[in-house]
Amino acid sequence: MNASQYDIAVLGGGNAALSAALTAAECGARVIVLERAPRAFRGGNSRHTRNLRCMHPAPTDVLTDTYPEDEFMADLLRVTGGVTDQTLARIMIRTSADLPRRMKRFGVRFQPSLRGTLHLGRTNAFFLGGGKALMNRAYAAAERLGVRIVYEADVVGLCIRDGRFESVEVRMPHGAEAITARTVVLAAGGFESNLEWLAEIWGAAASNFIIRGTPYNTGTVLRLMLDAGAEAVGDPSQCHAVAIDARAPKFDGGIVTRLDSVPLGIVVNKHGDRFYDEGEDYWPKRYAIWGRLVAQQADQIAYSIVDSKAIGRFMPSVFPPIVADSIRELAATLGLPAGTLAATIERFNAAVRPGTFDHQTLDDCRTEGLIPNKTHWAQRLDTPPFHAYPLRPGITFTYLGVKVDEHARVVMKGGVAENIFAAGEIMAGNILGRGYVAGVGMTIGTVFGEIAGRESRDMAAKAGSA
Amino acid sequence: MTEALTEAMRKAEHEMVVCNACRYCEAYCPVFQAMEQRVTFGRADLTYLANLCHNCGECLYACQYAPPHEFNIDVPRTLSRVRVESYESFAWPSFAAVAFRRPWMATLVAIAAGALICASVARTFMVRAPREPSDFYAVIPHDVLVTLFGVVGLFVIAAIWIGHRRFAGSASHKGARDGGLASQHRAVRDVLTLKHLHATGEDCVDAEEQRRPWRRWLHHCTFYGFGLCFASTTVAAIYHLVCGWIAPYAYTSVPVVLGTIGGVGLVVGPAGLLALDRRRDAALTHASERTLGVAFLTMLLLTSVTGLLLLVLRERSDMPVLLVIHLGVVLALFLTFPYGKFVHGIYRGAALLKFRRDDSV
Repeated sequence: MNASQYDIAVLGGGNAALSAALTAAECGARVIVLERAPRAFRGGNSRHTRNLRCMHPAPTDVLTDTYPEDEFMADLLRVTGGVTDQTLARIMIRTSADLPRRMKRFGVRFQPSLRGTLHLGRTNAFFLGGGKALMNRAYAAAERLGVRIVYEADVVGLCIRDGRFESVEVRMPHGAEAITARTVVLAAGGFESNLEWLAEIWGAAASNFIIRGTPYNTGTVLRLMLDAGAEAVGDPSQCHAVAIDARAPKFDGGIVTRLDSVPLGIVVNKHGDRFYDEGEDYWPKRYAIWGRLVAQQADQIAYSIVDSKAIGRFMPSVFPPIVADSIRELAATLGLPAGTLAATIERFNAAVRPGTFDHQTLDDCRTEGLIPNKTHWAQRLDTPPFHAYPLRPGITFTYLGVKVDEHARVVMKGGVAENIFAAGEIMAGNILGRGYVAGVGMTIGTVFGEIAGRESRDMAAKAGSA
Repeated sequence: MTEALTEAMRKAEHEMVVCNACRYCEAYCPVFQAMEQRVTFGRADLTYLANLCHNCGECLYACQYAPPHEFNIDVPRTLSRVRVESYESFAWPSFAAVAFRRPWMATLVAIAAGALICASVARTFMVRAPREPSDFYAVIPHDVLVTLFGVVGLFVIAAIWIGHRRFAGSASHKGARDGGLASQHRAVRDVLTLKHLHATGEDCVDAEEQRRPWRRWLHHCTFYGFGLCFASTTVAAIYHLVCGWIAPYAYTSVPVVLGTIGGVGLVVGPAGLLALDRRRDAALTHASERTLGVAFLTMLLLTSVTGLLLLVLRERSDMPVLLVIHLGVVLALFLTFPYGKFVHGIYRGAALLKFRRDDSV
């Protein structure tokens, strides 16, 4: 066999990809990173992240209190409803304890503990400056270690023979090339920004979805692997969606497009009708269900409406509210049927029971006799001006991925692939089969990126000495 | 709050709204911590935040919304523009604000004025040809010198004080939470250590992932160099007025030693900062602030170089010419203090004090 150009080819350029590349290059492996995005937008969805979830038996410089292994596991089982590979999940959780310390060797910086907007300082370590700062550090370290990084590198084909990876076909700015490597690490994310693929699953509704992250996660590598006979994990028809401001850009709007006004008022669809209990639960759960709820409405649009009592009670939004002094005026501005909206609000106001409002707890402000009722934080909408925010489903990631074993090796239909590894969103479905818990994606990416990097480096070293 | 916003302020407002919904940068510096205390961003808020910003640059490279992203967020550059506009708006007398728009013109005019004034003073008052080498007061008598620089100095202090009052008045719309000595003490320490050029334990950036300590150290050279020169003059004044010891002083005397060390600092600092400026990523700073900085550094460099030349060549017969040039440059430097980059120290200090009082968490 001809000598390979590289020991390891890493497909992708986010946190999982760089974790693999750095772990391998640290020991002298020849590594090439093929990042599809241009340099300015490198880093996949990692550039929009902020933290990673870490178990820890005692407080550290970047994490408060303790977060035991079993609690992490319990959190994971709760959000996934048990749809998780517990062996892989244990590996991920146990390894997570040491991640902040190990990431620091590549210059990654964390915020000191006791800070953090979302009060996640106990369970999550926050990157100083967020995910893009993290990726800048990782890329700088990769350059120092001699990793070859190619931007705007579009993977168009994988040559896999008898379950062995041989080469990857890449279109690059300077031309197309087949790159050979002893091993390959697949870290190219999911398919959430592939609008055609989304439309295959959700039909016309998909055209109204907004993609919160990178436009480069089109699932090319995932599709190539599935076609080559990789075992799939995760529900192919599911994605993680949150309700975001409908005025967000189609791609890459990131964190700032989120909207947190839902529990403080009502949400209506384009017919002016309420459709779900706005006061069901606190942020994490609420956040995770409203994307789907809006996706099920006509034209995938909804409107969060609050009155002036709510102003200042939710995180500032990046887009200005649509303001009106009366419900009729508001309906006209939003293009909603004024009669229905007025009737909806009238019925809602009449159904509100007296209670003590407290948006920090599941309070006793609720409605009675409505379908659906609002079970907490229900207050009359009676104090103009009224503020409205349009909502659309914002897709964060997709669940479909390739199955891996505990060495991060991809499981093919005919058995485990010897020299094909996967890390990050492309295999996150093994652990996160459903649901989401903040920061776990980055933990999966880092842990399995490191495993993939280490295993592929060892394999390359063995092949080199053989 | 309802005052109209300039174009730069509208951009800053847009950026602060995006930043406030993101908050990833909150651990970097006081700008973001003060921002989080606010929901809307009017003229006063933006002016305060702009002057709080040290232009360290971290938040540009960390920003997922930095250009070419369509949100076009470049906080360091936008705030640098707002900052220069605030210098203009606080300038007293108001017409002098033009100096912030034409920094080189202002520098040249100041140098010409300084040289002309000193030359004509020397012509008018020069009592005699210097009897002995380095007999400075033969060229310009001590009392004349004190009167000239005293008058200019008082004017400069008044102009800076009024600017400071205007800034403090505009920015203190929030009730101070803690006006105590502790806040002042912390703010002074922030200024003297340039804490926010290495607040996160690492040096700030000149470009993406390029961290060097030089900017901070060269600023220290400049700041403390200036301080030592000032101390040198003060000691000399005490020698003259209190002790009756007449200049020139020996090379080993306190004023000369202080002045020499300070002068070297004022050469190394500004020259180094000028060199750094050329290598610094242009995306970080608006051109208006950059020009202001280069003009001020050039002025400082001229002052220290002519001062050191005078020290070395003071025994030569053409000393009077050198003396007039040096004094002219110093006078020009004084004149440009309220109308150039120098004021950044005043407003930054005031902003840091306000931060320690009102917004520090």
